[in-house]
Amino acid sequence: MEVTHQVLQQLVNGISLGSIYALIALGYTMIYGIIKLINFAHGDIYMVGAYIGFFAITQAHLSIVPALIISFVVTGILGMVVEKLAYKPLRHAPRISVLITAIGVSFFLEYTSMYFVSPTPRTFPAIFGDVAIEIGGIVINGQQMLILGITTILMIVLTYIVHRTKTGKAMRAASFDTETAQLMGIDSDRIISITFGIGSALAAVAGVLVGVYYNSIDPLMGIMPGLKAFVAAVLGGIGILPGAVVGGLILGIVEAFVSGFVSSTFRDAAAFAILILVLLFKPTGLFGKNTKEKV
Amino acid sequence: MNFSKKSLKLMSVIAGTMLMGSVFAGCGDEGSADEIKVGANFESTGNVANYGQATLDGFNLAIKEINDAGGVNGKKIKVVAADNKSEASEAVNAATKLISDDKVKVIVGPAVTANVIAESQVATDNKIPIIAPDATSPDVTVENGQVKPFVFRSCFIDPQQGSVMAKFAAEKLKAKTAVIYVDNSSDYSKSLGKVFKEKFEAAGGKVLMEEAFLAKDQDFKAALTKLKTANADVVFVPAYYEEVGKIVKQARELGFKQPFLGTDGWDDSKVADIAGADALNNTFFSTHYSDKDAEVKGFVDAFTKEYGHAPNVFAALGYDAGKMLADAIKRAGSDDPEKIREALEQTKDLKVGTGTITMDKHHNPIKQAVILENKNGDRVMVAKIMPDAE
Amino acid sequence: MKYLRKNDFIMIGFAVVLFAVLQGLIAGRILSSFWQLNLLIVGINIIMAVSLNLINGYTGQFSLGHAGFMAVGAYVGVVLTTNFHLPFLAALAAGAVAAGILGFLIGIPTLRLRGDYLAIATLGLGEIIRIVIMNIDYVGGAAGFKGIPHHTTFAWVFFIMLFALFFIKNFVNSNQGRACLAIRENEIAAESMGVNTTKYKIMAFTIGASFAGVAGVLFAHSFYLISPNSFTFMQSFNYLIMVVMGGLGSITGSIAGAFVVTFISAALASWPEFRMIIYALALILMMFYRPQGLFGYMEVTNMRIFRKIFKKGGRG
Repeated sequence: MEVTHQVLQQLVNGISLGSIYALIALGYTMIYGIIKLINFAHGDIYMVGAYIGFFAITQAHLSIVPALIISFVVTGILGMVVEKLAYKPLRHAPRISVLITAIGVSFFLEYTSMYFVSPTPRTFPAIFGDVAIEIGGIVINGQQMLILGITTILMIVLTYIVHRTKTGKAMRAASFDTETAQLMGIDSDRIISITFGIGSALAAVAGVLVGVYYNSIDPLMGIMPGLKAFVAAVLGGIGILPGAVVGGLILGIVEAFVSGFVSSTFRDAAAFAILILVLLFKPTGLFGKNTKEKV
Repeated sequence: MNFSKKSLKLMSVIAGTMLMGSVFAGCGDEGSADEIKVGANFESTGNVANYGQATLDGFNLAIKEINDAGGVNGKKIKVVAADNKSEASEAVNAATKLISDDKVKVIVGPAVTANVIAESQVATDNKIPIIAPDATSPDVTVENGQVKPFVFRSCFIDPQQGSVMAKFAAEKLKAKTAVIYVDNSSDYSKSLGKVFKEKFEAAGGKVLMEEAFLAKDQDFKAALTKLKTANADVVFVPAYYEEVGKIVKQARELGFKQPFLGTDGWDDSKVADIAGADALNNTFFSTHYSDKDAEVKGFVDAFTKEYGHAPNVFAALGYDAGKMLADAIKRAGSDDPEKIREALEQTKDLKVGTGTITMDKHHNPIKQAVILENKNGDRVMVAKIMPDAE
Repeated sequence: MKYLRKNDFIMIGFAVVLFAVLQGLIAGRILSSFWQLNLLIVGINIIMAVSLNLINGYTGQFSLGHAGFMAVGAYVGVVLTTNFHLPFLAALAAGAVAAGILGFLIGIPTLRLRGDYLAIATLGLGEIIRIVIMNIDYVGGAAGFKGIPHHTTFAWVFFIMLFALFFIKNFVNSNQGRACLAIRENEIAAESMGVNTTKYKIMAFTIGASFAGVAGVLFAHSFYLISPNSFTFMQSFNYLIMVVMGGLGSITGSIAGAFVVTFISAALASWPEFRMIIYALALILMMFYRPQGLFGYMEVTNMRIFRKIFKKGGRG
């Protein structure tokens, strides 16, 4: 009984942690899908989103929903600006140069933020009361449920956008072959820009929710979640929306179980080990299609 | 077909440029006669930048006060800052720069133990004294039983704090069992965990379980769920405030009712902001001072006025280091590093921001410790432990 | 061939002169100890960059775990010299072998992955190595390994760096190296031409890892303490930045990249608050104006200026 209880509680812990990875991974995987760029700055966009939400709540005294919307919009625009200034000029450069630029953007966001807001962590004022529900001895936090719910809804909305709307069709076309899409009359630059906007805005949502849930934000808060989200995206098959969510949840659950039943010091190692194992058997991730490369 | 040979041509250009740079850097920067150059080697970037920066703020405040009051021996103290990126080899690099290019007479920092230990070798080789404001590991000033002549600190050491809390748990809280949750990426945290376990078991208690996390973690529920099964009388979390706040918050959420115990890393108002006042009830931690202490009020007010927020423990210790340094330079009567070193060694009954300190023979200040209880958003002093001179 | 040898001689001659000059400056205490230390760091970074270039630039395998191999070399080396009091040379050899074996073992499964999948897998492996080291109390865990003897001198670094440069240059120009280049250009085409791609990928990976191990031993013995903190994935990024900034597939480029990155970092140490911002901007601007890196695929010996100086025609 004790063991079942433990397992269930760890499962809850894992899903709640995983839904955060999933939320960040959604934006990551969208951006990767369209320009095949490991956007190392994604975690830092998430950090900026958290700070915008923080200032909207503490300085402008807004409540959570308007703060989320402001952060969503401003960060989305920031994402588009970053794309326009830093990545667009390199559209035809070697991919690795764009990657280095992404690392540069990441440092830039981290340390300009640090310059302006200081490295000291900030704390969100308590917005929601703590709603902890206890079911048969298993504790579930209301905010965790909220995050999981938002992640699921966003995944469905995004999947709908990508598969059912005209913009989505253009995204898929541009992701398949940017040049050909261009020839077919799709404004690839605009589509890429929109994708960056959406991806970044999603990161902002994650940033604000995480800020509220864990109640502490700092300029370097994006590094590890950014990396984990990338791992989650790769695990699920990079570029695939449901893959990102499943990958995030798996990662969260693995981390919770390793911490709970093995040792928390090996938690991160286990997360990477799972990734590598999955890749060895499915080299393009769980949901990735194995396309045969031709010469 | 000629991929050959590369390099060396370019290397000449490189070496040439570098040479020029160094030659120019070498001259010129001797500093004027009416100022004393002091190095500040801190974690300004990288993963512990918040601790390095807070210490540096406290240190700068102390130096500002001293300079505003006319400096020491008629000279102003000039702080030369260098960043060590929160990394040991960069700490050596920064210290070497401060010593060889900036010609500082003494160095303050870094914040983190490993970085100080790395730096101590350079300091010893160049006979430049260093003061570590926050490095609490005994190894900082002592190596193989030998005191490192040039290394000092302005905080107390892990064994002192660990045993204070173990004693407190066993005697005051009548705890029979404990679990320990440490930050595996921090030497400070691990060594406190070790001392606590030793002393707590010596006092008849039992440590049921030990778990670890990593700095910058956000979610602690998995390990906490596991720790909860031990159902121990107390939970000891020797860690820094950012993680502590989240740990206490999440633990209370999972239904931990036990008292939590901590160390001076807890000493920051952020803990209460993150965890919430309710969750923080029934927690105790050891630190250097109580901000209600009349002796300390001057520093707390001055700091708040300067930076717009209350000091945390890092800032306080940085401030102490500044005061200790100024006192030593004054008594040395010169800026000769060797004389400063001797003066530091003889520091006695010096009033600093957090109390009164006297340097012991291991270059550790003998100073009081207090145990504070978090009670409904306030901190109440529950014990004051005067140092027992060994 | 004759041309190659002549250039080799020029380079070796040049290296000897350069070494004599720098050594003279060090012995004469003209270089401050800060710049002496950075000279060591530049040398170590060159070994790291050029060995990573062999994997990333010449073989086209995107590895992000180079700091992990460096860590293995560093820790094996310090255990041997500090705990077993073996000579430095033995530590260097052991560091190379240990990192090489690990590279080989890791390479067999992971090098089947392509592109970004390989990148994240190697990044993960680098982190796993670091986490494992952090959990070994024998080597100090998170606190780091203390009391390392200061064995690394400028001469060691310089000659090992020289060896690494010539070794990798010759490897790239050998049959095996050509196979690696073919893999980079087009793996499937290379395979269909009968190149055993797995074998050469693993070969390049193992050689790269070995040199990273040696660099790790040199790095560790330059400082009194090393900690797992010095070998994070951020550090791997740093070496990647050196390689890309200099030019993928150019040894001259790796040297230049290592120099530029080290120099910027050292020069900015006095401006803590702006250090990383300036570094970030430099990185972005650099990629704007020279996305192919400072040297692209060029080598200094192919450049007109070099040929002019040494009056030797060559095909670029």
